[in-house]
Amino acid sequence: MLRDMMPLFDLYQPDTLDNALDLADRLGPEGWLVAGGQDSWDWLKNRTRRTRAVVDLSGIAELKGVRETDGGIQIGALTTLTDVQDDPLVRERYGLLATAAGRVASPQIRNAGTLGGNLCQDTRCWYYRGGVDCYRAGGNMCYADTPEGQNREHAVFGASRCVAVTPSDTANALTALDASMVIRSKGGERVVPAARFFVGPDVNIQRMTVIEPGEILTAVRIPGTWAKSAFYFEKVADRAAWDFALLSLSVALKMEGETIRDARLVCGAAACVPWRLEAAESAIIGKTRNDDDIERAAVAAVEGAQPLNFNGFKIPLLSNLVRRAIKGAGGAST
Amino acid sequence: MSDTSINAEMEARRVSRREFIKRVIASGAVASSASFVMGGLAGCSPRPGTVAGSVERLISLNVNGQLRRVDVLPQETLAMTLRYKLGLTGTKLSCDRAECGACTVMIEGTTYYSCSTLTHSVRNRKVTTIEGLRGPNGELHPVQQAFVDELGPQCGFCTPGQVVAAVALLQKNPRPTREEARHAMSGNLCRCGAYDNYLNAIMRAAGNTAEIHHGA
Repeated sequence: MLRDMMPLFDLYQPDTLDNALDLADRLGPEGWLVAGGQDSWDWLKNRTRRTRAVVDLSGIAELKGVRETDGGIQIGALTTLTDVQDDPLVRERYGLLATAAGRVASPQIRNAGTLGGNLCQDTRCWYYRGGVDCYRAGGNMCYADTPEGQNREHAVFGASRCVAVTPSDTANALTALDASMVIRSKGGERVVPAARFFVGPDVNIQRMTVIEPGEILTAVRIPGTWAKSAFYFEKVADRAAWDFALLSLSVALKMEGETIRDARLVCGAAACVPWRLEAAESAIIGKTRNDDDIERAAVAAVEGAQPLNFNGFKIPLLSNLVRRAIKGAGGAST
Repeated sequence: MSDTSINAEMEARRVSRREFIKRVIASGAVASSASFVMGGLAGCSPRPGTVAGSVERLISLNVNGQLRRVDVLPQETLAMTLRYKLGLTGTKLSCDRAECGACTVMIEGTTYYSCSTLTHSVRNRKVTTIEGLRGPNGELHPVQQAFVDELGPQCGFCTPGQVVAAVALLQKNPRPTREEARHAMSGNLCRCGAYDNYLNAIMRAAGNTAEIHHGA
């Protein structure tokens, strides 16, 4: 009758970061760190992964909330996506992030899901999620990149044996805003820029981020650099709610009158990491938003793209998103 | 207890299946049925020697304004506890993967998927289920009445989740536009596709009759 349960695990519910760090240190790879749980429970219910122990971080108050820092803001990793989306400081200065957070999954998932969890979640490649012995799972082949492989959602950039993509909507927004990730362990703290926090299969084929066992992502720091720039965020997905991006694009433009003084274009779901479109940025920096330069950016954005059998549509889609974004980027609330 | 004997017993007592199941859960029969529900755990639920620092199993939950003592496994979800330990079967389990919304409950006024919430994480927090929305004399909540008036449900399975999501919306935003309501309700699927009826019901409950759209 009825439903299954997750297999038994030991549950730890630390209420301070120090206790959580002790547990993470003691349990190492055997302790599964859970923030909102909206992805973790599915892995365990599906039995594609098992764990001896779960460390539920959701009760650690000191890791929640947004506060002002010197010139920028710091967001606790356990701040829910709803709270990120609704926060007045985030909305006023970094509308890009507020919009991206509001496009994640569904209202109930945003109420439980956290910014840190959204950044650290694993890829959605369904072969990998199905529990096959692919490269990412420690095996020696990629099932998505085969003649019959169903790879409509997969990478057009930066593939290296594995063709999985980043599922996070907030990751590309935070990369565009030059954010840094604060990572704590019992041994101390390190601060890693978003551009190095996410790792592709060429760096480590079994992980999406630089976080090691025993470490906890505690906060995201956003500098003042891009505050109140002209922003644009768009997520293309099959469904308006719940769904993961087929492609998403975060754009920040620093305008000086009609001239684009600086630009950041970062797309999601195109590569294993948030993929910065530097050639497209170069095509518009120092220019006005005129059709010729926008066209150059749209072409430059997809240079070097390598489609698989079923994801060729991502190439013209990305060009179109770049055109729309540069034309449409607007004030603090995108 | 076999199906035949359940049917015979129901027949003898002339009670509905739903009432019968509720009585079974509320009575001592829970002990034997629990091992059935939690079948995957046979042999491992009374663990020899709990690891230091791990959670206590006997906890108090604040559900619909009542303090309930309940024995909760570490990996148990709130939907499981509500339905199979507390007898609150109004909360439905459908996908069990945070992908449908049938199990939506309120915790401190905010909506969550109870299938994807650990029961141990809601200690000391107020949980409200569909059963907790009724008035003091058992009357329907105004949102439920509006759902009835607008013929909201078709098969009705997603309805408790839809009602809870709608009540939470109206507590935060008493006069939503139809578009705001659509957005707020986007975490609740309806396989009958009765979305427009539900939106009409929410517009009615919010007193926004201008945005009640009955089809051509």
